[in-house]
Amino acid sequence: MAKILIPTPLRQYAEKNNSVDVSGATVGEALANLTTQFPDLRKNLFTDEGKLRSFVNVYVNDEDIRYLQKDATAVADGDTISIVPSIAGGLC
Amino acid sequence: MLTQEEISRYSRHLIMPEVGVEGQEKLKAAKVLLIGTGGLGAPVAMYLAAAGVGTIGLVDFDVVDVSNLQRQVIHGTKDIGKKKIDSAEETMRDINPLIKIVKHEVALTSANALEILKDYDIIADGTDNFPTRFLINDACVMLGKPNVYASIFRFEGQATIFAAEGGPCYRCLYPEPPPPGLVPSCAEGGVLGILPGVVGLLQATEVVKLILGAGEPLIGRLMLYDALAMKFRELKLRKNPECICATGEVKLIDYEQFCGIPKQPEPPPMSAEISPKDVKTLIDAKENFILIDVREPHEFQIGRIPTSTLIPLGDLPKKVAELDPNGNYVLHCKMGGRSAKGCDILRQSGFKNVRNMTGGILAWSDQVDPSVPKY
Ligand SMILES: [Zn+2]
Repeated sequence: MAKILIPTPLRQYAEKNNSVDVSGATVGEALANLTTQFPDLRKNLFTDEGKLRSFVNVYVNDEDIRYLQKDATAVADGDTISIVPSIAGGLC
Repeated sequence: MLTQEEISRYSRHLIMPEVGVEGQEKLKAAKVLLIGTGGLGAPVAMYLAAAGVGTIGLVDFDVVDVSNLQRQVIHGTKDIGKKKIDSAEETMRDINPLIKIVKHEVALTSANALEILKDYDIIADGTDNFPTRFLINDACVMLGKPNVYASIFRFEGQATIFAAEGGPCYRCLYPEPPPPGLVPSCAEGGVLGILPGVVGLLQATEVVKLILGAGEPLIGRLMLYDALAMKFRELKLRKNPECICATGEVKLIDYEQFCGIPKQPEPPPMSAEISPKDVKTLIDAKENFILIDVREPHEFQIGRIPTSTLIPLGDLPKKVAELDPNGNYVLHCKMGGRSAKGCDILRQSGFKNVRNMTGGILAWSDQVDPSVPKY
């Protein structure tokens, strides 16, 4: 099992969970399991074509999966997967 | 050279070997531009002024509103209605009259950004919207100036330094903005008042370190702060070889368009919107319609329209099955953004008679019932 950390703006689509334990040997499988559990998350994370949205980055531990093997990046027991969307707030 | 007055004022810096007279002179010579004097800009401006940063530029064109005071500590109750840039200057002058403050009372645009940024050594982005964040990034990449970046949402913050020599830029992290409406703003999502204090001071710390050339700058690292968990986490940021900062294909563009914000908002179809006054008329006439409030329960507690039913936007897809698709619906939220999304959800489920109350409960308070508090 890996732990997926859900960022604040997306928690409303994941029954307010801040982290979810999921199974899956790769990041792609783990995210698929996550969105099966919380279908409302799907359209916030993926485009209609099933591609990860460009304002969302996914990390395994502290590494960006774009610089690993993307969806195929292996996930080991105890790894932490972070979903990091862009947030604009500052002035407000 | 430091004056006698400066030596007395900065003595706690001067006795530290990491700063010393040399470091204090660097601070005095430094020119830092703060974009936005709101939640993040407030602590950054106050502490950089106190630390003796010689020239601090401020960019803002907003006016102090009472709802700002929960977190924008550079402004006070006496400043309500004043220009933020003037109120900020006044506080900074009181903290430290020895520094130079340059006011840019404009909205940063592609037309003026390079001209404004070029005179500064370091830029601190404390804005609240994607178009300006991309604009600041691209201008910093073009000018080769470090952008000390932070952003906040509810009780979570992000901070890093973009566009430093050899380091990644904002577009390396996020090549494109989210489509409008998908990511809630602070005005819609709220923000814990203390949060910008913590995150803004991460920003201020990095500014001072860059000026001093001290320590390990937050370049190539994204700091994530979760106030509720009281956890800091660090992620690696890499320069994307395909990014415009690496290929050199950077130029300033129309950022509103880039972020999918139409120039003139397209008028919604006639039937899609209804004014608060017209909703009141429907209520008074006991018309048969259902008023749905799609805000969160804690917002509902602040104030509500008496005949409304609470169904938070996140719950709406699940509740659709319980609603009569032939019914007549009006949806509202705080300002009209979330309820517009709610209307879309109902229409996609085949509901025909769905209208969005223009301007949300804030407009209701302005136009119909001022006893409903604004927040
Ligand atoms: Zn870049």
